[in-house]
Amino acid sequence: MADKQKLTIDAKGIHYKELNEMIENALNEGYKEIDLINVNGQRYIGDGLTFPDRKLNIYGTPGNDLAAFMNGLTIEVFANGQDGIGNTMNAGKIIVHGSAGDIIGYGMRGGEIFIKGDVGYRVGIHMKEYQDKIPVLVVGGKAGDFLGEYMAGGRIIVLGLTLKDGEPITGLYCGTGMHGGVMYLRGELQPYQLGKEVKVVDMEEEDYKFIDKYVTEFVKLFGYSKEYIMSKPFYKLIPYNKRPYGKLYAY
Amino acid sequence: MLREGQVRIPSGCAISGFINKKGVRISGTDIINSIAIMKERGNGLGGGFAAYGIYPDRKDWYAFHLFFDDIKAKEDTEHFLNQNFEILESEVIPTRKVSSIQNSPIVWRYFVKPLEKRLRDAEKTEEDFVVDSVMFINSRIEGAYVFSSGKNMGAFKGVGYPEDIGEFFRIDEYKAYIWTAHSRFPTNTPGWWGGAHPFTLLDWSIVHNGEISSYGTNYRYLEMFGYKCTLRTDTEVMAYLFDLLLRKHKLSVEIAAKALAAPFWSVIDRQSEQEREKLRAIRAVYASCLVNGPFSIILGFSNGILALNDRIKLRPLVAAQKGDFVYVASEESAIREICKDPEKVWMPKGGEPVYVTLDEGVIV
Repeated sequence: MADKQKLTIDAKGIHYKELNEMIENALNEGYKEIDLINVNGQRYIGDGLTFPDRKLNIYGTPGNDLAAFMNGLTIEVFANGQDGIGNTMNAGKIIVHGSAGDIIGYGMRGGEIFIKGDVGYRVGIHMKEYQDKIPVLVVGGKAGDFLGEYMAGGRIIVLGLTLKDGEPITGLYCGTGMHGGVMYLRGELQPYQLGKEVKVVDMEEEDYKFIDKYVTEFVKLFGYSKEYIMSKPFYKLIPYNKRPYGKLYAY
Repeated sequence: MLREGQVRIPSGCAISGFINKKGVRISGTDIINSIAIMKERGNGLGGGFAAYGIYPDRKDWYAFHLFFDDIKAKEDTEHFLNQNFEILESEVIPTRKVSSIQNSPIVWRYFVKPLEKRLRDAEKTEEDFVVDSVMFINSRIEGAYVFSSGKNMGAFKGVGYPEDIGEFFRIDEYKAYIWTAHSRFPTNTPGWWGGAHPFTLLDWSIVHNGEISSYGTNYRYLEMFGYKCTLRTDTEVMAYLFDLLLRKHKLSVEIAAKALAAPFWSVIDRQSEQEREKLRAIRAVYASCLVNGPFSIILGFSNGILALNDRIKLRPLVAAQKGDFVYVASEESAIREICKDPEKVWMPKGGEPVYVTLDEGVIV
């Protein structure tokens, strides 16, 4: 396989099926990095691909289910994202220089997602982990209702950097049905915002060590001051119970 | 033939719409391009458009758009119209031949006004008389269906992908200051021309992505006020609910939105006393107007648009603004396709209406 450096694909007016074939063909030909320009609404970009050392740069708004089932690839989006980014992804890294929609990281099983701005509803719903496969989702802004709903594993970090005075960092029903994983919020929640299955506990040294790594990365990607981010307290959310519904149907 | 279970159609509906707040009218090309970007959300079993400001030279007349199954239905309808309305014009709605659009009904439009004598005899307002007439034609005249009945506006819809339906109805040749569009993936009904969106009544039009599980409750309530739900498809109730709440009960759009996408009791309990009392009253009085189940909608009317999500946002909705234009759509890409660099893009919360009207003093 020849070692080819960089390719530009103009996605204007191209249907997602054709575009995704072009991307996969170029990666198979050995291109290290692909610039996708004039992307608008094409779905399923990067889905199911396994190219750990390669990178896609997306200019324009990618369509739904970006990087679903992805097994290793770096995708950087220089715009807002839509819904379903990183759906059930296994490995790789997604960077979004804007906000993103609903169900980001849905059922995510590994890899990392960094969103500079806000995210919508049901983000991180049913994330999971297994041994060393621990997915991480970092949100620079705020999240909508049902953050981490039915979360079974992984880590969600929400920084609240876009918040106006008095604005809550997440919506309602945060962590409803949560039974695994950890959420770190840089802002306090009122008890009514929390799901019944989640509790707030003190941060420990291990937690700060963990956050430090991802905040450092976040600052490198999007350019905030690390001191500023770390100057506010974080709150750690974990589930009460690994099987919150264990007794529900046991009669 | 593939049976159910062997074929999966991975789609949900798409909606898109925009308004120019100064009332500047623009061609339908943009709205076609916007809805077409979301092709994967529909399955070709329904597409349609609503346009406001398209008949400026006949703007004082109700524009009835009709589907007829056959000439008999047309004759019966014309007999009814002649008895009750003054008819300014009766003409075929111009269409183009589009290879993918098959089995279209006869599409016709009439510009009408209720006869003075009939209005007096009926002792009704002009608008109620028009609503009753639309309900009569749709439920009593076999093979006839009024799919648009407002002034200076019109709906255009049918079975097909929206871009093909737009081509069929020559949408690019109309100019409007509000456009809405829909791409359909019918779930509970087979997909018929009349069942495509938008659903309209008078100048209300509605496009909807979702599924209304409170349909039974809503339609039994509406029946008490004389509305006839003839289509057995959920979105129809939404058009009539808005007509009831906004036109007949004269509620503000904000209150109507709270009736349809009512906040949870637990949310109401946390409001200030005054707000709490107001929201409790809305939920109590309009319990049967609560629209349950996932939805995102765009309501169009002469003076503006209202976009609304269900209270837990089970369907997508994005809004954007640039200059005098405000856009709403299921996906941001549908907006970017026709507005490259919006000044502001946001995702409304569940139950939080995006309500935009023409600027004060703008006459259309």
